[in-house]
Amino acid sequence: MKTEIIKTDILIIGGGTAGCYAAVTAAENSDKKILICEKAHIRRSGCLAAGVNALNAYITEGRTPQDYADYCKKDAAGIARDDLLLTMSERLNAVTERLEKEGLVILKDENGKYVTRGNRNIKINGENIKPLLAGMVSKLPNITVLNRVNIIDISVTDNRVNGAFGIGIENDVFYVIEAGAVLIATGGAAGLYKPNNPGFSRHKMWYCPFNTGAGYAMGIRHGAEMTTFEMRFIALRCKDTIAPTGTLAQGVGAKQINAHGEVYEQKYGLTTSGRVYGTVAENIAGRGPCYLQTKGITHEREQSLLKAYLNMAPSQTLKWLESGTLPSEHNVEIEGTEPYIVGGHTASGFWIDADRATTIKGLYAAGDVAGGAPQKYVTGALAEGGIAAHSMLQYLADGISGTVSGDEISQHECEITHFLSAGAPPYSTEQLEEAMQTVMDSYAGGIKTNYRFSGKSLDEADRRIVQLQELSDSLRAGDAQELMYIYELRERLTVCRTVIAHLKARHETRWHCFAENTDFPERDDEHWNVFVNSRFENGKTEIILRRVNSP
Amino acid sequence: MSIEIDRQKCVGCGRCRDVCPGTLIALDTEKRAYIKYPRDCWGCTSCIKECPVCAIRFFLGADMGGMGSRMYTEKHGDILDWLIEKPDGGIVKISVDTRESNKY
Repeated sequence: MKTEIIKTDILIIGGGTAGCYAAVTAAENSDKKILICEKAHIRRSGCLAAGVNALNAYITEGRTPQDYADYCKKDAAGIARDDLLLTMSERLNAVTERLEKEGLVILKDENGKYVTRGNRNIKINGENIKPLLAGMVSKLPNITVLNRVNIIDISVTDNRVNGAFGIGIENDVFYVIEAGAVLIATGGAAGLYKPNNPGFSRHKMWYCPFNTGAGYAMGIRHGAEMTTFEMRFIALRCKDTIAPTGTLAQGVGAKQINAHGEVYEQKYGLTTSGRVYGTVAENIAGRGPCYLQTKGITHEREQSLLKAYLNMAPSQTLKWLESGTLPSEHNVEIEGTEPYIVGGHTASGFWIDADRATTIKGLYAAGDVAGGAPQKYVTGALAEGGIAAHSMLQYLADGISGTVSGDEISQHECEITHFLSAGAPPYSTEQLEEAMQTVMDSYAGGIKTNYRFSGKSLDEADRRIVQLQELSDSLRAGDAQELMYIYELRERLTVCRTVIAHLKARHETRWHCFAENTDFPERDDEHWNVFVNSRFENGKTEIILRRVNSP
Repeated sequence: MSIEIDRQKCVGCGRCRDVCPGTLIALDTEKRAYIKYPRDCWGCTSCIKECPVCAIRFFLGADMGGMGSRMYTEKHGDILDWLIEKPDGGIVKISVDTRESNKY
């Protein structure tokens, strides 16, 4: 692998929703050199690869940004940051209008107003939303995109970022990127836990399986403060296809019913975690399987649903049609997914300030890697990307540039040479990945235990994850792509340890399923209305408790 | 769940390889695309929509209730046709006007 050094003003790691929008914002407001490093190709990479059929974060008529912020905080049982939610909410409508200007199709009524779905959603045709964003990037000459470059680490000295290191998957180049400011926009972490369909269809999961928690791991490794990793996200999805249920629940008003046809959703609360918990509880009580009650919807509605899923989760339409279980004749079975760490839905991620600056100087975070602001969805990720871009420009105004030391370069070159050298590792990367997922499933609250864990089971999880970390040193790669898989596994193992430490630290059950602690099964507002934060120092995860501001 | 690429139809343009969010598709020595990591497909169908010659089919694994059908798309101007080929040879077509929003 040959080494290439690149210099830029702003480095954006991850060309997904937040990353692309940050690049566009920075390019339109400055003449700074901007570089996006994307491990796939920005045209269809990240969470929006298949598309999306609604914008779930929009301030509808008669509502205010404060209303949206309040809703997010309530859904998170109080563990969310008012400043982050409000600054995000204030920008939701502007980014939506920008997307429409770029060609996004949004449903309007006869007066030209957006048609809303509930209090916060609008309906779109978002099949091409990622190509639209990529198109905006390609029009701006001061943005360079390096596709198929996987960033494996950031360069940090004296708690200041200087750039990053990456591997070119297709050209066998080791990239050293020197940058004044760096935005982490790598998304959240999937694949930590054993998935719903662990066999042939193991990647048929809710969250993008190629989002491996790289950004979290880079931050953790360099001692950035992280928040709320114990608030895992578990999605309620259509059985087997893991397709969205919101389109059925909000779009056609389908209720959650058990095998006896009883509506159970009110019994457990209508928060995001409550909907999953109710489904788990009904199954444990012997009243499963559970369904969304779609039986009896009109033919016209059914046809619209078939199309809506094609724009977002085509496997569901295929399933309905090939199995002959159309939603007008059969209720749609639902299940909870395996847990994910994803700051766009819960509050997990980097601890940031209102500028989206992390605790490492010059390092910013936006989208699913950024903590404290749940329920971002697409528009919230765009909004955060925009805010981070303006903050980076301000930070760079003092003429800051990054320099990576020769020592750091050779240290990373050595590590890569080690993994690419000949050797006979006892296990493959895939085997260690499966082992990690089994450990997390069994001992850290996976599907197997109905998401429940105890202090003792978490200790066992941590012991075994540390063993896997040690084993991962012995892995070998035959090419750059296999090398990327080794780094991805190691990132996931790093994230797993932080998740375990956070789950162990919160001595209560604030969110059912998301953090179901059998040692402390009740919510305890007196002691635990706090953020559980952490810093990784000297090989240990130090827990820091921080106060939640009252609204 | 994964995809199949028809070697006879493939023209070797590499667009499917480029857009795959998981870098799972490669070109063989004769510049024909193939899925190198079939078990790692997310089912996003990006490759199917980008293929200029309709050479790629999407299917559900038996482990998630698949019944052997294959799905692909054809683009006609603003209309995106989704076609499902059933094992008995029957074809179901759903046309989506890309200028129209989802209604639900």
